[in-house]
Amino acid sequence: MAKICIRNLTKTYSGGRVVALSDICLDIEPFESICILGPSGCGKTTLLRIVDCLIPRDGGEITFDGQAVYEPRPDIAVVFQHFGLFPWKRLDENIAYGLEIRGRPRQETAATVARYIELMGLKGFEKAYPHQLSGGMQQRAGLARALAINPALLLMDEPFGSLDAQTRELMQEELLRILTTEKKTMLFVTHSIDEAILLGDRIVVMSRRPGRIREIISVGVPRPRKIISVRAHPRYIELRARLWEMLKQEQDDRIPAETNA
Amino acid sequence: MSKKTLVRLASLAVVLILWEFYGRRVNPILFTYPTAVARAFFELAASGELASYMRESLMVLAYATVASIVAGVLFGVLMGRFATIEWATDMYVSALYSMPMVAVVPLIVLWFGFKVPAKVIIVFLFMVFPVLLNTFEGVKNVDRNLQEVARSFCSSERQLWRHLIIPSAVPFIVAGIRLAIGRGLVGMIIAEFYTSITGLGYMIVRYANAFETDKLFVPIVVVMILGIGLMWLAKWIEVRIAPWRRFDERE
Ligand SMILES: Nc1ncnc2c1ncn2[C@@H]1O[C@H](COP(=O)(O)OP(=O)(O)O)[C@@H](O)[C@H]1O
Ligand SMILES: [Mg+2]
Repeated sequence: MAKICIRNLTKTYSGGRVVALSDICLDIEPFESICILGPSGCGKTTLLRIVDCLIPRDGGEITFDGQAVYEPRPDIAVVFQHFGLFPWKRLDENIAYGLEIRGRPRQETAATVARYIELMGLKGFEKAYPHQLSGGMQQRAGLARALAINPALLLMDEPFGSLDAQTRELMQEELLRILTTEKKTMLFVTHSIDEAILLGDRIVVMSRRPGRIREIISVGVPRPRKIISVRAHPRYIELRARLWEMLKQEQDDRIPAETNA
Repeated sequence: MSKKTLVRLASLAVVLILWEFYGRRVNPILFTYPTAVARAFFELAASGELASYMRESLMVLAYATVASIVAGVLFGVLMGRFATIEWATDMYVSALYSMPMVAVVPLIVLWFGFKVPAKVIIVFLFMVFPVLLNTFEGVKNVDRNLQEVARSFCSSERQLWRHLIIPSAVPFIVAGIRLAIGRGLVGMIIAEFYTSITGLGYMIVRYANAFETDKLFVPIVVVMILGIGLMWLAKWIEVRIAPWRRFDERE
């Protein structure tokens, strides 16, 4: 059975005038990694928010292990594009946040936090405030905070979108490494073709308004992956061209999109 | 000693010397000079007069500060948390905040007399609104992104206040308290002009009426130093309780 089933999901904003999502259906298998790829404004963030029930949906159903979902679940963790660290918490306190909210014992929390600080290469910065850290380190802390609660589902909203190219690649590589040791089901939003191919088992290509799924593509590159080996894989070249063509069409379709609605 | 301090000390010395020099040439009823003020200061300090006047002023200020922080923070939080309370009261709050509080001083005297309670009420009215409004702003202006983070981690209402709302409102509240201290000193002097037969404000009135200008300057200087000291104290407390705001402190 699929881990998460999304059925006929719709969402509009501004009293129905902006259709952000229409008729989204998607099944996510256990330990699968799905990348949502699409031009900006196509409803990727909206989809993620609805899966975590951070905003209400207009229609459709979401089930998690067969249970209907109506409010944020403690076993779903989100990594935000804006990092979402608390400026008044030190790095270790930020990573401990989710565990503290769940009322875990102090000792256990401290041990888990120490483990993720180690894993994320943040050792020595435990007592720093977010503003004293680089963007890459802040996002590592955001990722550590999400992983620390050992979530069954990881939702990531363009988490590396605001990082420079080099840091972004380092983070991608690190995420791949972590996913091999800590198996997770993941829904990863991106507008980068490379990132989608690198991280996804399947890629969901979304079309511009009204946010629909255009196509779902299996990546077919075996795991464990590394940036270099993925880029050298024959599927990479092929997929890249195909996805690029699709996104280009989406960009061009911008205006006629209203008519086929 | 840094160049900055050196320039400041030099500037201070020049001003004091010029004041001393020209101050001596003016009729002592109209003006005075630093050494005369210093002499008056030691005289008033030695006789215990200054201390006794100051004690009452400080007491009034302390009561009003505590009362305005407690009331301002409490009501600001309620206004920020419950929209009904906000809508029912925000017009009065902003009207009272915009109004020059001096205008109600005679009324307070009429209602509450000339003693300590009346003075505390006056100073309280001067101080409470900046605290209240800043607390309200702080509670209202919680970063929406962080609110979403808290929700996604399934934070309870109590945890929301502890981890998000209170820490993000604290700097606003402290800024409000700083504003309030400035206004509170004004309120204290005005209250003492109008009311009591003691306090630093009364001292000013008394020595002005007696044309003892050198003694008149003593409470003025004391209030000035008090203002500087309290501002500095508030700043110090702010840095202590909101250390994440020291954005320039990068190692
Ligand atoms: N709170 C909102 N109110 C009104 N419109 C919104 C709101 N949030 C998003 N939208 C609109 O919905 C569409 C999808 O937005 P979003 O999900 O953020 O897209 P993406 O993450 O793919 O860039 C956009 O056209 C956006 O302008
Ligand atoms: Mg987005």
